[in-house]
Amino acid sequence: MKLHTFKIGGIHPAENKIAAGQPIVNMPLPAEVVLPVAQHIGAPAKPIVNKGDKVKRGDCVAEAGGFVSAPVHTPISGTVVKIDVCRNPQGLPVQAIYIKSDEAEREADREARENAKPVRGESELAALDGKAIIDIIKNAGIVGLGGATFPAHVKLSPPPGSKAEVVIINAAECEPCLSCDDMLMREQPREIVKGVELLMRAAGVNRGVIAIENNKPEAIQAMTDAAASVPGIEVMPMQVKYPQGGEKQLIEAVIGKEVPSGALPIATGAIVQNVATAYAVYRAVVFGEPLMERVLTLHDGHTGKNLRVPLGTILATLVENDDYEKIILGGPMMGRTASTLQTPMVKGNSGILLDKRYAHRREPEPCIRCGFCVNACPMGLEPFLLSTLSRLKDWDEAEAQKIANCIECGSCSYACPASRPIVDYIRLGKSTVMGIMRARAAANK
Amino acid sequence: MSIIVTSIIVLGAIGILGAAVLYIVAQRFHVQEDPRIDQVEALLPGANCGGCGRSGCRDFACACVNATSLDTLSCPASGSAVMKQIGEIVGLTAAETKPKIAVLKCNGTCDLRPQVARYEGAPTCAVLASLGAGQTGCPNGCLGCGDCVSACPYDAIHMNDATGLPEVDEDKCVGCGACVKACPRAIIELRFKGPRGMRVWVACSNKEKGAMAMKECKVACIGCSKCAKECTHDAITIANNLSYIDYEKCKLCRKCVDVCPTHAIHAVNFPVKKPQAAPAQPKPQPEVSPA
Repeated sequence: MKLHTFKIGGIHPAENKIAAGQPIVNMPLPAEVVLPVAQHIGAPAKPIVNKGDKVKRGDCVAEAGGFVSAPVHTPISGTVVKIDVCRNPQGLPVQAIYIKSDEAEREADREARENAKPVRGESELAALDGKAIIDIIKNAGIVGLGGATFPAHVKLSPPPGSKAEVVIINAAECEPCLSCDDMLMREQPREIVKGVELLMRAAGVNRGVIAIENNKPEAIQAMTDAAASVPGIEVMPMQVKYPQGGEKQLIEAVIGKEVPSGALPIATGAIVQNVATAYAVYRAVVFGEPLMERVLTLHDGHTGKNLRVPLGTILATLVENDDYEKIILGGPMMGRTASTLQTPMVKGNSGILLDKRYAHRREPEPCIRCGFCVNACPMGLEPFLLSTLSRLKDWDEAEAQKIANCIECGSCSYACPASRPIVDYIRLGKSTVMGIMRARAAANK
Repeated sequence: MSIIVTSIIVLGAIGILGAAVLYIVAQRFHVQEDPRIDQVEALLPGANCGGCGRSGCRDFACACVNATSLDTLSCPASGSAVMKQIGEIVGLTAAETKPKIAVLKCNGTCDLRPQVARYEGAPTCAVLASLGAGQTGCPNGCLGCGDCVSACPYDAIHMNDATGLPEVDEDKCVGCGACVKACPRAIIELRFKGPRGMRVWVACSNKEKGAMAMKECKVACIGCSKCAKECTHDAITIANNLSYIDYEKCKLCRKCVDVCPTHAIHAVNFPVKKPQAAPAQPKPQPEVSPA
């Protein structure tokens, strides 16, 4: 059988998924958490607590700062120590809420975490309509957990004039090394299917596709078994190819429609949500739990672990030894290097890589116009040209060459035999060009 | 033989015909241009640096000739004397301008600002700035990849490998502002060159609270406002934990330089009066191991 995949470009980096098969370990609740108010795309959340306030596990500490925004909840009970700046992984100062707990509070929280009880029974679940589910998702602060951190409720509320037809669950996990989604599917398939059902009801569609890359046979089996009894949900094995988990690539692979340039994915009638997001939706709706923890993969080159980490845990507590040269947060293809150990774990963080293999870049050499990057680009762009235009600051031509369509997947840099920093320049050019386009749109209004 | 003669005659005829057509076209479509534009352009440096805000020297010359007043036109690269000459050519009076020079509002040298990360990506400040705080803890300071160096049309900025910071060549810098536009951190400022090059400025851009700033860089401005209290000319303002000296108001008394606890205020080209006037460099601290 021919497996589904997207048509143009793509690469196949070494998978290195050594954490696959390692059961998810619940990390203990830390004594202190640091919760940045901007853990998602969109407006930062607004703190609603003050220094000295007592908070309970699961309390909202910062409310959404707009429609495209998400609230932040605390995974521990305790006292608000301060609202101050903390360092994001890239070393830039961001506003954050510092919460500290004592021994008794930690013990109570641990109890509550282990013995969580459903707050909604079967009949109550059946009575929930789409609007109610979207409200729960919105209030639970759920964002796209694949890494893009786009607030989930925004995607589920399509703009007027567009209609959702299918919910695609992104379980491709095409990034090398990461296996947190894989393990979540193996361990909690029924819960995920329930979450998918809720997402489908929220979006008002009766078709759901769970797209899993073919290198996760156990997960495919588990999900197929769990989804067998549920009408409308289909598990679709995908060819292993990076960036299969890119939103536009996945839509093309699953329903065969291309997202038009400059349009939202909803233009094709598809809503894509990550599999971890579906699980978070299940926890939020059934257990009434806001997003307080997430599963991530810790990979140090020799061993891999899958950890369920409370948000706000400081990176230093997860990195046990100093046998590394570089810490990458996220996958090796799209992750960002952390420049400080004192950075908290946030909603979008799917991995911690300490593998020395990924620590260095090769010395760049001159471009020989071999076109490997053009072959690799899943968006059909010409990366060598875009990076040069960006380096020469020719923003008009870069815009004409559709630099804004770049998804920054890094396939071009991976494919480049001269190891040129192609995506670095394109990222710079893209943000500049998009700034120019926004300014022009605002001026024309 | 005849083929050679024929070719010469035919080619010669084509040449004469072409010349005649070109002559007629040149006469017919002759553009009357003010000869003063060429005169003005000859006075300009011809580097097309864009410091005047125009697309190049020729454009600036056109603007000068067509202008009704020279108040808004000024070539920072040439200075007042040349503007005066231009004024004579176009029959207007040019406003007196004080020469400016680019200064770097960062003094975080390799010794004083510990490196916390190593960057191996595309060697430009613009890309590094888009990725995060850079190779040191300071989120506002110099990134050290030299975008200003490559932007300078006068070859007036060079990287000092020992300090990791760019240095402005006072003789070559004309204050065109190309480096100011190129710097993604906006830490280069055009300030008055001052009499005999004497000038005072806060060589720091760190906007963090004092304790944090101190941790990141030993010569950071901590926003303690001692300088502002000391200043008798009301030239110093503190905003975002950072001091700023207004060069229009500054009288170069250097009182602020002496009180600054972190030696973040720089004074250059002053005659040595008393030993403590020169900013003492704090001892380099042992290198902090990278995280």
